[in-house]
Amino acid sequence: MANYKALYQEVILDHNKKPRNYGTLAHSSHHAVGHNPLCGDHISVALNFDRECIDCIAFQGESCAICKASASMMTVAIKGKSRADAEILIKEFLAMTTGKLDLESPNCIGRLAVFAGVCDLPTRVKCAILPWHTLHAAFNSVASTSTEADPMHTSIDRQRVVPPLPQSNP
Amino acid sequence: MNAVHTAVNPCSSSAFDVERIRADFPILQLTINGKPLVYLDNAASSQMPQPVIDRLVRYQASEHANINRAVYTLSEIATTEYEAARRKLQCFINAPEEREVIFTSGTTDAINLVMHGYGRKFIKVGDEIILTTLEHHSNIVPWQMLAEETGAKIRVVPINDAGELLIDEYENLFNEHTKLVGVMHVSNALGTINPVKQMIAFAHSHGVPVLVDGAQAVPHLQVDVQDLDCDFYAFSGHKLCGPTGIGVLYGKAALLEKMQPFKGGGDMILSVTFEKTTYNTIPHKFEAGTPPIAAAIGLGAAVDYLLAIGMDAIAAHELDLLNYATEQMAGMSGVRIIGTAKNKASVISFTVDGVHPHDVGTLLNQDGVALRTGHHCAQPVMQRFKVPATSRASFAFYNTLAEVDALIAGIRSVQKVFA
Repeated sequence: MANYKALYQEVILDHNKKPRNYGTLAHSSHHAVGHNPLCGDHISVALNFDRECIDCIAFQGESCAICKASASMMTVAIKGKSRADAEILIKEFLAMTTGKLDLESPNCIGRLAVFAGVCDLPTRVKCAILPWHTLHAAFNSVASTSTEADPMHTSIDRQRVVPPLPQSNP
Repeated sequence: MNAVHTAVNPCSSSAFDVERIRADFPILQLTINGKPLVYLDNAASSQMPQPVIDRLVRYQASEHANINRAVYTLSEIATTEYEAARRKLQCFINAPEEREVIFTSGTTDAINLVMHGYGRKFIKVGDEIILTTLEHHSNIVPWQMLAEETGAKIRVVPINDAGELLIDEYENLFNEHTKLVGVMHVSNALGTINPVKQMIAFAHSHGVPVLVDGAQAVPHLQVDVQDLDCDFYAFSGHKLCGPTGIGVLYGKAALLEKMQPFKGGGDMILSVTFEKTTYNTIPHKFEAGTPPIAAAIGLGAAVDYLLAIGMDAIAAHELDLLNYATEQMAGMSGVRIIGTAKNKASVISFTVDGVHPHDVGTLLNQDGVALRTGHHCAQPVMQRFKVPATSRASFAFYNTLAEVDALIAGIRSVQKVFA
């Protein structure tokens, strides 16, 4: 039997309380807002590439602990990565939270494995993946996305492509 | 906590034996995550007692056939039982006539019936529909669709900080363009019991009919549509210990007869040629196709069950639960009750400081406590209180004071995790 309390472990509670990279960026090359209409939660993700690598990334929004910790740990994991490496991590995170990743085989998940338990909570999977969904949208210059855009999260590319929003100040 | 529980427990008398009632509900014997199920999401859907389950089984096992068509015995039995259920629902809400009780698939379907049958026929460009901030999306969206289609306008009655309608503002919204009022009897999100009788009398003084969304009222209150004098009253079976997929629209016969059908098909006609179709009389005009026969008969059995306990006894027990839970929560630091109307049904919406409702819900589930978290299909209410969502405990007559204690203990443990 899944112990849901196990999900609320120290590292997740810590990132919820003290989110890393929380806020907005003065200059960003990519930006998107993600919504979870089931609970009304929303977060925005902004990032900037320095040549091939993501040199800064920030998020902010209203969300539950699972979503906020996921966003915070995502920004930590993504910073400094190339877009290709970040895309691999997005795929692995989505696979893990939907129970489709074998954590025993080689992967890049690292500390993000604390979210593995969320796959036992189907109603909370969307909380954990919203930041990743939003990051993916930002990469693809989709200004706004939703967890309901593709309920199975199998192909999160089917978004209407719109130009990135101008950066607003906090 | 147990001492308090014993001291305030007025329900141990023989008049209302909650443990005997609980024994009728198989699902209440379940354990969830190793803990006894504490089911506090009754405003979303209530549980079904064994006599209703038995009635559904008996119907399917020995009475089922399509109704209103054939001359053989089974079809006659099914038709008789379906119509008997209609009479039970008629008595339950004290409707003057059987034909004023239309079976629908639920409250949403019933409201959509009024929108299509009444609204599309009688509401035109420039007309106004009065709704309230408290409404469930099911009593907002159909009217927005109508407004978009016809060019009618929606006017909204505001609420105060307690979650009560501002009746002066309501009365000020009336003018010569007002064509319909839609108001919920009891708020699903906050529990507020609205003064619908007074509101209906005022609307009638302006010649305006009133649709009451009674989904949250019928499980808790003795509803008398003649006393209210409402023109339409909609409710669902599954919040009333009945099956899903069944509900009722009560409408005054004179209005129902003027309305156009909502759905076309079999059973709602007297004769059909390709040149002209003559519609059936009410209620059949609004019951196109094979209805949910088993569900209607099951709802009839649910109403029998509730009436055997007594709606007054149900209301009294639920009020004890509400008062006890309110008192306990009011004493907890970091817990804010949203919706503090003087007149409330057994619903408590609340927030826990620093904890998102979905985290509250997931952690309480670990303790076997089932409650609703989210916007409760009432986003305008959430916006009014400037919260994205709340946690909501909603009590039924089969809940106990010990279950309130389990809820309170669960909230304390959530606060500990997030401390």
